[in-house]
Amino acid sequence: MSALTTTRPSPGLLFRLGLMRPDLVIRSAVAHLVLIVGALFVLLPFVWMLLTSIRKPEAVFTAGFNPIPDEFHGVENYGHALSQSPLLQFMGNGVIVCAAILALQLIFSLPAAYALAKLSFRARPLIFALVLMGLTVPEQVTALPIYMGLASIDMLDTYFALMLPFSLSVFAIFLFRQFFKSFPDEIIQAARLDGFTEFEILIRIMVPSALPAIAAFAVFSITSHWNDLYWPLVVTTSPEHATPPLGMMIFRDQETGSNYGALMAGATIITAPLVIAFLIAQRQFVRGITMTGVK
Amino acid sequence: MAVLAAPGTQPIRRLSSQPRVEAFTGQMFALPALLLIVGLLIVPILVVIVLGFSDYQLGAIEWSWIGLGNYQRMLDDPVFWRSISNTFLYVAAVVPGSVLSALVVAILVNDRKHFKSVYQIIYFLPVTTTLIAMSVVWHFVLNPQLGPIAGVLRALGLPPVDLFGDPDLVLIALSLIGIWQLVGFNMVLFLAGLTAIPHDLYDAAAIDGADHPWDRFARVTWPMLGPTTVFVVVTTTITAFRVFDTVAVITRGGPIGRSEVMLYDIYLEGFQYFEIGYASALTVVFLVVVVVLAVLQAFFLDRKVHY
Repeated sequence: MSALTTTRPSPGLLFRLGLMRPDLVIRSAVAHLVLIVGALFVLLPFVWMLLTSIRKPEAVFTAGFNPIPDEFHGVENYGHALSQSPLLQFMGNGVIVCAAILALQLIFSLPAAYALAKLSFRARPLIFALVLMGLTVPEQVTALPIYMGLASIDMLDTYFALMLPFSLSVFAIFLFRQFFKSFPDEIIQAARLDGFTEFEILIRIMVPSALPAIAAFAVFSITSHWNDLYWPLVVTTSPEHATPPLGMMIFRDQETGSNYGALMAGATIITAPLVIAFLIAQRQFVRGITMTGVK
Repeated sequence: MAVLAAPGTQPIRRLSSQPRVEAFTGQMFALPALLLIVGLLIVPILVVIVLGFSDYQLGAIEWSWIGLGNYQRMLDDPVFWRSISNTFLYVAAVVPGSVLSALVVAILVNDRKHFKSVYQIIYFLPVTTTLIAMSVVWHFVLNPQLGPIAGVLRALGLPPVDLFGDPDLVLIALSLIGIWQLVGFNMVLFLAGLTAIPHDLYDAAAIDGADHPWDRFARVTWPMLGPTTVFVVVTTTITAFRVFDTVAVITRGGPIGRSEVMLYDIYLEGFQYFEIGYASALTVVFLVVVVVLAVLQAFFLDRKVHY
């Protein structure tokens, strides 16, 4: 090996000559080819969804031969999706539930995270241990007792029921605690000497400092609860409180016939908000969602 | 800061009372969260464990403690065993599938000079989308009569394949969707791992003659990605174990029970048949699996910083 390297130019030079070397050009072409094939697989359902959503119902059956629709039938399909099913109401429910969950999670977790990071009190190690333990528990484990509790106070099928299990996020407490932990003590101490109460320190110093973490958490929280099916499926019985995923199931079951155009239009409408948000704020999305890697 | 310099005993008094104030505020700040942790996590988990020893059915007036009866019942319950084996098969397909393809994609994307971010956006797209809606779409895409795949097969003169209707293929089809959804997520984790590899290592390897991409991968990339890979594998395993959405939307456990999975079994027993006692015992089994995985993950928690 070492005999070979003596006859070769330095790696830096190799790198600069890279574009001119035929083997590297081939290498790059193969890499692009592999990535494009993979990308086609990833995009396949999206493309088919969009194409079908503008296809005439009759053309759906022959679409295999003729993927690109000859006629634009989108207005009818989307109109049908919106008029036959309260899709907009499902999305409105999604907005209400997600916003309320996020607000509650922030209200409960930020003070607790500050207390766990910067204030010393006796129960602190115990509470932190509970938080760490809570990180491992999926929503499906606590669903049954919470469902029974809600049933006993006759609160099933309400917005309250949809929010309740998620009103506290141990993950938020953990995340913000880690963030606050690295905040300099001197500044907090100085603020105390300046007469700030602990509450003012939290609101005027800690929370503004944590805005990037809050933004990342918001993306994580909104995408998980917008897309969540299990709990809404359990507690919701009427379409009035259905969230988007549940609405999609209701809509699908209504469209038992063969109106695939409207069904795909409905799927497009329900998927669109998060996809558009992702395309606008990619960095925030990637950061927020991959934070679950910690969870 | 000017206040600091002001004469007087006030700041000193405040400082000396600081520990008490701090302890009091600390408790007050943590109290609401603590109450919710107890009410929404601790108590429900204890209730599930306790109910697992009963034959309670929702709304039943008479019920009794049956000890390990529910666990006994599980041993004889074909649905339970099917759901366990199907879940493990699903995990066994989705974890290597999504981790290996994500690794390949991440390495290829990382080395590209052009269209790097376009590829990243495309591969990440499924992560953000509502899986329920996309499950409906996949169901349609793989439809043996109407889907584009069927069209291609027909054009090639091949017989149609009913992936969701064939007992032998249904788990493969569900795994494909699972992989489709997880590749982008894992790709991002691997990309973070790749950027953390110092470039000098590749230069050093090149001087040693490791210039071919395979040599670079085997000697530098793979060893350096070790911790990331372990982390990605554990995280993906936890996610895959919780497969529910695609089953609930597309197959509902069928055909002939070949896509029954743990969470779907728990959902049916608990919220469709209202067999609370039995569903609680099933939940305990599920919790044990998840906790074991979480302990494994905590073991690698120091690798958690990915951004």
